[in-house]
Amino acid sequence: MAPQARPEKKIEPWNDPNAAPYVRIERITKKFGDFTAVNDVSLKIYKGEIFCLLGGSGCGKTTLLRMLAGFELPTAGSIFIDGQDMTGIPPYERPVNMMFQSYALFPHMSVEKNVGFGLEQERLPGAEIRKRVADMLAIVKMGEYSKRKPHQLSGGQRQRVALARALIKQPKLLLLDEPLGALDKKLREHTQFELVNIQEELGVTFVVVTHDQEEAMTLSSRIGVMNHGEIVQVGTAAEVYEFPNSRFVADFVGSVNMFEGRMIDDEPDYVRIQSDELGGTVLIDHGVSAAPSATVWVALRPEKIMISRDPCEGPDNCVRGVVKDIAYHGDLSTYLVHLPVGKIVRVTQPNVVRKAEARITWEDQVYLHWHASSPVVVTQ
Amino acid sequence: MAGQGYLTVGERISVSLARFLHGIVSSPAYRWLRRHGFRGRGLVIAIPYLWLLSFFVIPFVIVLKISFSETQLGIPPYAPLWQWVSEQAVAIKLNLANFMFLFEDRLYYSAYLNSMKIAFFSTLLCLLIGYPMAYGMARAPAAWRNVLVMLVILPFWTSFLLRVYAWIAMLRTDGVINDVLLFLGVIDQPLVMLQTDFAIYLGIVYSYLPFMVLPLYANLEKMDLTLLEAAADLGCRPAKAFLRITLPLSFGGILAGSLLVFVPAVGEFVIPALLGGPDQLMIGRVLWDEFFLNRDWPVASAVAIAMLVLLVAPIMIFNYVQGRQMGAHR
Amino acid sequence: MQRRGYFVLSLLVFGFAFLYVPILLMIVFSFNAGKLVTVWAGFSARWYVELLQNDQMLTAAKLSLQIAALNATGAVILGTLAGLVLARFGRFRGRTLLSGMTTAPLVMPEVITGLSLLLLFVAMEATFGWPAGRGVTTITIAHITFSLAYVTVVVQSRLATFDESLEEAAMDLGARPAKVFFVITLPIILPAIISGWLLAFTLSWDDLVISSFVSGPGSTTLPMLIFSKVRLGVSPEINALATILVLAVTVMIVGSAIWMQRQERARQREVQMAQAANE
Repeated sequence: MAPQARPEKKIEPWNDPNAAPYVRIERITKKFGDFTAVNDVSLKIYKGEIFCLLGGSGCGKTTLLRMLAGFELPTAGSIFIDGQDMTGIPPYERPVNMMFQSYALFPHMSVEKNVGFGLEQERLPGAEIRKRVADMLAIVKMGEYSKRKPHQLSGGQRQRVALARALIKQPKLLLLDEPLGALDKKLREHTQFELVNIQEELGVTFVVVTHDQEEAMTLSSRIGVMNHGEIVQVGTAAEVYEFPNSRFVADFVGSVNMFEGRMIDDEPDYVRIQSDELGGTVLIDHGVSAAPSATVWVALRPEKIMISRDPCEGPDNCVRGVVKDIAYHGDLSTYLVHLPVGKIVRVTQPNVVRKAEARITWEDQVYLHWHASSPVVVTQ
Repeated sequence: MAGQGYLTVGERISVSLARFLHGIVSSPAYRWLRRHGFRGRGLVIAIPYLWLLSFFVIPFVIVLKISFSETQLGIPPYAPLWQWVSEQAVAIKLNLANFMFLFEDRLYYSAYLNSMKIAFFSTLLCLLIGYPMAYGMARAPAAWRNVLVMLVILPFWTSFLLRVYAWIAMLRTDGVINDVLLFLGVIDQPLVMLQTDFAIYLGIVYSYLPFMVLPLYANLEKMDLTLLEAAADLGCRPAKAFLRITLPLSFGGILAGSLLVFVPAVGEFVIPALLGGPDQLMIGRVLWDEFFLNRDWPVASAVAIAMLVLLVAPIMIFNYVQGRQMGAHR
Repeated sequence: MQRRGYFVLSLLVFGFAFLYVPILLMIVFSFNAGKLVTVWAGFSARWYVELLQNDQMLTAAKLSLQIAALNATGAVILGTLAGLVLARFGRFRGRTLLSGMTTAPLVMPEVITGLSLLLLFVAMEATFGWPAGRGVTTITIAHITFSLAYVTVVVQSRLATFDESLEEAAMDLGARPAKVFFVITLPIILPAIISGWLLAFTLSWDDLVISSFVSGPGSTTLPMLIFSKVRLGVSPEINALATILVLAVTVMIVGSAIWMQRQERARQREVQMAQAANE
């Protein structure tokens, strides 16, 4: 598990009513014939943010990114960057730069020429281009490779060149398309930190597109979860993870156990839900806004469930089951527990006990319980 | 402007060209055109378009027109299609005699049929020889493949005319093949091979073989070999796997190769002229003789139109197959 | 499995033998001292000497070279434009027609194209006064028209496998579309364009039928000359010419193949070194 990279952000412009958004996406729609790729999306992105668009394939995130870059013309809606309407402007006239998924380094040009290409288009004097290229290469630690051609570089090196090339024009917005997808695990972790550090150093606003929720949670200041061309939820990693607003988000970001149920007690400071799927009742220690006797879903994260051989203490928030599968991850273990009603519950617990005999094992009769503050009620 | 030494010569030329075009695009004349609906893209499309319209399509219209006119002495040796009969009337005379001539005279009729027949069987032979060749090349070890492709392409790059000529020497009654066969005692009398149907088939297959092999090879080489492994894994014997998997997948290549051989072979001139005799009637040669020997331009045009009508279906199929091929890459 | 391997191998050998035996025989007999191309009369290089002294042949060869070079250059310009349009411009009015016009010449029988172009030139001369008489200009125009179709195919298929994100990246960095084409696309597809040029050159150099239709007095190309000689019978000078041609083509093709192999191997080595250095 990658540790959180950044210290607590004191400044949260999205919560400040006086802050003006740097990028305003207003009611953007994109249709390809009959197919609607992006449906009436509106977003506000603030200066200096790393904003992640997270979703599965076909959810429209890449199309939205390309509209920000200028490669696709929106069917409806407008895009404002730093107060200016950029909707119809072609990509070569936008103060926006993109880092492509395949890096798209020009194979017939050296690293130096690749990185300097954007500055050439601005008709700057050669000496200045050379200096700025050298500075940029130093920032991404590719100074020694300036004369090499792309095919002489490894994947990670190519990515750094692509990043340098996109940043050197000091764009108002940097777009990254699946930046970590092509890298292996170790390199991915390393690059995640590097990206965040460079962003903080230069202060550029990033918009990242990814399908990997771990990547999204590590990199971003805020995440926008997308599904079927729409933005389903926007929030910080913690908000999206702990307070999903729908079953989709709960299921997409991290793993979750979902139980369908009916509210039987609805009070301002607690709620009790009867779930046949669970074979028991769930007591939640805060009020929930939902119609009485409505069908709701209870989302319970695997790491919030405790598993032990000791029987239940109260009637709520506890069920009995049998351990059918165990996956050992070294620091954690994932247990698949079969409930008598048939449902399988996923539980993740750190391996606190070292001795194998004392640990919970297959076919053990166990009791699952959780705090009343752990479940989240989702109504859609 | 990027200073000295930063751009190479080649880059400078490219950038200058681009700037020159941008200059045109920004000029007032162009901006006027732009306002009236013409864009840079349109110019790029227009250049090859206009060339092809003028020099490929319009000529066919002219051939059509002349096929309806009459022969007459003079330069050019045909009568104009329309004439002013009086101040306000124009008469257009469509002379159908040329086409009637084609239907009536057995010569033309047999020539068309013979050409189609010869082209068809030559295509078949090319396929029978070319498919195994292409298959062998596609399955050869990777290092050999490029060499083999080169070996197939080499004859293609040497003169078509000269290669047909080479066969004359070999097929004569006193030529190499007869000499060898007589020497080995296989025959007593020299075989007559020139000016026979056999020579024509040999010539066409020989000259057009690379046109069959290359598209087939391109198709077979791209085939995913794991499909055959999967078939074997499921119990299918190699011969059957070939028939049910390789062959159907190579159909596109077969079609392209066959059309590349069949259509031009129908109108082939050089091979019947050099290797064939008066009995080997092919319509390409008939057209040539009609034009150069008889100086009958209207009849030659009619022959060309009739040939086009016969070939329009295969040509359109070929256009469609090629279009799909190009689109398939995306 | 073994038997099938041998079967295919023997067919391959037979196929290549079929392709090459006539050419090899022609080369052998070009050194024949005697005039007959069927009886060996000793080794001699006299036909080469006679060939190089034959003014008619040399003039025709020079003319063919001129026309072929002009044609190749014109065909490459037009064909690259057409290939670019068909591969990149998506749907536009008249696309089907353009696509058809660039594939039909690939299969069209030459007698038809030759006749139609001649009739066009005659009609143009009668109406506009240009082209005045037929010669190098008309032959070149005719050749460009049919060889541009071949160049279009080559360029179009190269562009189809070309990574479009390179062009997008260039635009993203501020380059306008025309600049992107000249600075990014063109250098990368240059090998395809060069092979298109060579292809167009060969087609023109070798063409008989179309040249015969659209040429005029004083513009006899080499194939036309060869054809008139060959109609009268076999001539050893032609053998010598053929040999020179085959050798020239072989050297060029083999040379470029070796050169490309070496480039590719060096490149592979560099890629491997880069990967290894980072592990």
